[in-house]
Amino acid sequence: MINLFEVNETNKMIDQENLDVRTITLGINLLDCADSDLEKLNEKIYHKITTTAKDLVKVGKEIETQYGIPIVNKRISITPISLVAHFDNEEAYISIAKTLDKAAKEVGVNFIGGFSALVSKGMTKSDRMLINSIPKALSTTERVCSSVNVGSTKTGINMDAVKLIGSIVKETATLTKDDDSIGCAKFVVFCNAPDDNPFMAGAFHGVTEYDAVINVGVSGPGVVKKALETVRHADFGVLCETIKKTAFKITRVGMLVAREASHRLDIPFGIIDLSLAPTPAIGDSIADILEEIGVEYAGAPGTTAALALLNDQVKKGGAMASSYVGGLSGAFIPVSEDQGMINATLAGALNIEKLEAMSCVCSVGLDMVAIPGNTKETTIAGIIADEMAIGMINQKTTAVRIIPVIGKDVGDQAEFGGLLGYAPIMPVNQFSCDRFINRGGRIPAPIHSYKN
Amino acid sequence: MKKSIITVVGKDKVGIIAKVCTYLAESHINILDISQTLVQDFFNMMMIVDIKDMEKPFETTVEELNELGKEIGVNIRIQHEEIFNQMHRI
Repeated sequence: MINLFEVNETNKMIDQENLDVRTITLGINLLDCADSDLEKLNEKIYHKITTTAKDLVKVGKEIETQYGIPIVNKRISITPISLVAHFDNEEAYISIAKTLDKAAKEVGVNFIGGFSALVSKGMTKSDRMLINSIPKALSTTERVCSSVNVGSTKTGINMDAVKLIGSIVKETATLTKDDDSIGCAKFVVFCNAPDDNPFMAGAFHGVTEYDAVINVGVSGPGVVKKALETVRHADFGVLCETIKKTAFKITRVGMLVAREASHRLDIPFGIIDLSLAPTPAIGDSIADILEEIGVEYAGAPGTTAALALLNDQVKKGGAMASSYVGGLSGAFIPVSEDQGMINATLAGALNIEKLEAMSCVCSVGLDMVAIPGNTKETTIAGIIADEMAIGMINQKTTAVRIIPVIGKDVGDQAEFGGLLGYAPIMPVNQFSCDRFINRGGRIPAPIHSYKN
Repeated sequence: MKKSIITVVGKDKVGIIAKVCTYLAESHINILDISQTLVQDFFNMMMIVDIKDMEKPFETTVEELNELGKEIGVNIRIQHEEIFNQMHRI
């Protein structure tokens, strides 16, 4: 029998500690839309998205009211466009991006992810055209998100792509310089990208997936932080047990939403992404959890260990609550979207090198990091290559979402607004990696990829 | 049977239960169980109700209970019971 205490506990988590389901993402396969006629292709894509997703937002809202749990985002991920479209001019890809934008507006989702290419080993003509069109596509659309997978443990790192992305990031920043280069906030570079990630900007509907699928991303850093406040002086055993129990409860809520959404939309359920994802709201921060565990600021000595244990306990607790866990599953450590991370950066506790180290033990990598606008393209490519190498060698997913804010320098701030928050510009190591990036070719797969 | 949970939290005063129960009766919502405590003047009630005969959409009930809460000066919410079952039971 349900008791008053449990009901109050749940509602307190929702009301005061920002417990929410971060996102329901509807993955849609677009492979059957392929057509050599651009106009027909655009039509088919628009039709498929708007029919498959027509009830997504409505059902999301219904679930929200009936259970009293906020579902922050309803989103769509699609088959990487470079697999669906094959054209020899960039304009064609830009027109597809505009179609996606229009479809997203029609069904009322705030982002659509999958303007993507998978080039971990090599680039096809269509991949290259798509990547070249990214700056224009992202600066002329509102809701389209883009990602490129440039490496994997099995294939190594495509350094030609990394070099190209360095200049693409810079160009995207330049084209959106009036809005603090916000275009870059909608673009992610991956190593070992999962096929079922519900989180933007890196979401796409992988080729290993169903025709359509419901993936859910859970969150709740505020709830974990609050739970940890009650065991402030306890040892690591108690600390871990507390995180595990909380993660279990959070994940069960996500599971309920996923099951309901899947049932009501009559679309199979894919995975729960067990993540702690922050927002700029006070009390919804990963950095605050790290500080509650015992470091003065995120970035202080001990931070990587604290993050490692947090991440692991979240997975252990969540794995009991759902049998189908996927996506990125881990703590997100974006800078601009997390008030605690912003504070740590302003205090001088956090820099790019420490963030890189932290990304070895959690999901994603350098996320929403603002750097000076005059940073060289090769330097950006170098930063990306470092993060990709961490993913490749450690058989994990890593990503980079970095924003060279044109016209701003260390000491300034970039304002992105809404859930994206704001970010102090971080200093970048000034030494050159030109010769390294300009070599071209591919870094071979590591020895432990030859498992068979 | 279709169970939902109603929670009422706020400063105690005369007539809270009466008003909530009248609304439920008029909406054909059957009360299955009530538990209530007072913590330092703070009224804290949980009801388990059956909404099987309720004619209006769930969303409307959520809104109307919200309004009623504002009238009496307390916080009223109704939620499907599943969220609590899922969260607290293995």
